[in-house]
Amino acid sequence: MQSLKIEVLVGVFLLISLLCLGFLAVKVSGFSLGKSNDRYLLYSHFEQVGGLTVRSKVAISGVEIGQVLAIEYDQETMNARVTLEIDSSISNMPSDSTASILTEGLLGSKYISISLGAEDQTLSEGDEIFDTQSAVILEELIGKFLIEQF
Amino acid sequence: MFVHALKQIGRFSFEILSSMGRALRLLSSALIRRPDHRNIPLIIGQVYQLGVLSILIIVCSGFAIGAVLALQGYTQLVRVGSESALGLGVALVLVMEIGPVVSALLFAGRAGSAVTAEIGLMKATEQLASMEMIGVDPIARIIAPRFWGGFIVLPLLALMFSVVGVWAGSLVAVDWLGVYSGSFWSVMEQGVDFFDHVMKGIIKSIVFGFVVIWISLYQGYDSLPTSEGLSTATTNTVVFSSVWILVLDFFLTLMMFEL
Repeated sequence: MQSLKIEVLVGVFLLISLLCLGFLAVKVSGFSLGKSNDRYLLYSHFEQVGGLTVRSKVAISGVEIGQVLAIEYDQETMNARVTLEIDSSISNMPSDSTASILTEGLLGSKYISISLGAEDQTLSEGDEIFDTQSAVILEELIGKFLIEQF
Repeated sequence: MFVHALKQIGRFSFEILSSMGRALRLLSSALIRRPDHRNIPLIIGQVYQLGVLSILIIVCSGFAIGAVLALQGYTQLVRVGSESALGLGVALVLVMEIGPVVSALLFAGRAGSAVTAEIGLMKATEQLASMEMIGVDPIARIIAPRFWGGFIVLPLLALMFSVVGVWAGSLVAVDWLGVYSGSFWSVMEQGVDFFDHVMKGIIKSIVFGFVVIWISLYQGYDSLPTSEGLSTATTNTVVFSSVWILVLDFFLTLMMFEL
């Protein structure tokens, strides 16, 4: 009887700790498998990505629809090429949509906001968003402002 | 006089080396043996002794530390208006540092010292020697199950510690101080990565479990069979374990910093 009780308690202990691992994985770190399976890739070129990082969010009207997969320097176009990973449930973005790099709040992290266009043709796997707006660099803005002042 | 000092240094280093040798021999003889299914009930018994009975102290400490982290973090973050990052701060600190380290320290005090005292007393009352007399290997019967029990249990306790801490942090931040719960959890989810942060914490607690239970077993097995020897061994367990945990924490963090 005593050893049965111990075995049951040990079983409960192991179950609770597995639940804790699950909680840390799902709730705290937002970990999920196979996330990239139902996503498609878009590309866009920016003059200035300043502060945008891999895994930054991509949003339409502020709603997250994907994330930044890679940022690299493109030698042909001589600017930054950003790879976007978009949720495949968002399938009707017009091909003349605009991608702009914005900041969450005054000191928040950079993210890509997509403003929808009016074209009938939609963006699909491997397409490029041509119309882009670069990140606003606060230092440059202050510099311009100071030059105008004097 | 000079020769005498040299002799002391020599004796001291010889003692350190030979005790390291004995500790390694104990570890290898506990690890290198055929797996025996009859030992599984013994390991389960140790998981109960070392793990289940430690849950209360882990949960209480985790709750208090999570709540304090949230309170302290809030007073600093609210001055720059970024209290939405509180969840991220509390979760990262708990999962990567405080969870593994503090639960290992508590484990050394709660379970490690108990293992040392138990084995030390077995040795002092010659139970280990009489086991050997009747043909039962004390390493297989006493040392190995305790080793595996402690090794399994500490990572699980550290996970519990982190989860209870995060929960207490959310209780203080969201329900008491009025941080918006949406930003508390979503900033945490975005900032904490399973492989970058949670796994590193788990790796740390696996290493700590190995070191703590090894020190505890060795100190008990190697203690002098007197009441003074037993008290020295128990003290050594807690002191050596704590120091090793903190030193190893630094080196593990250094190693995993750029990983």
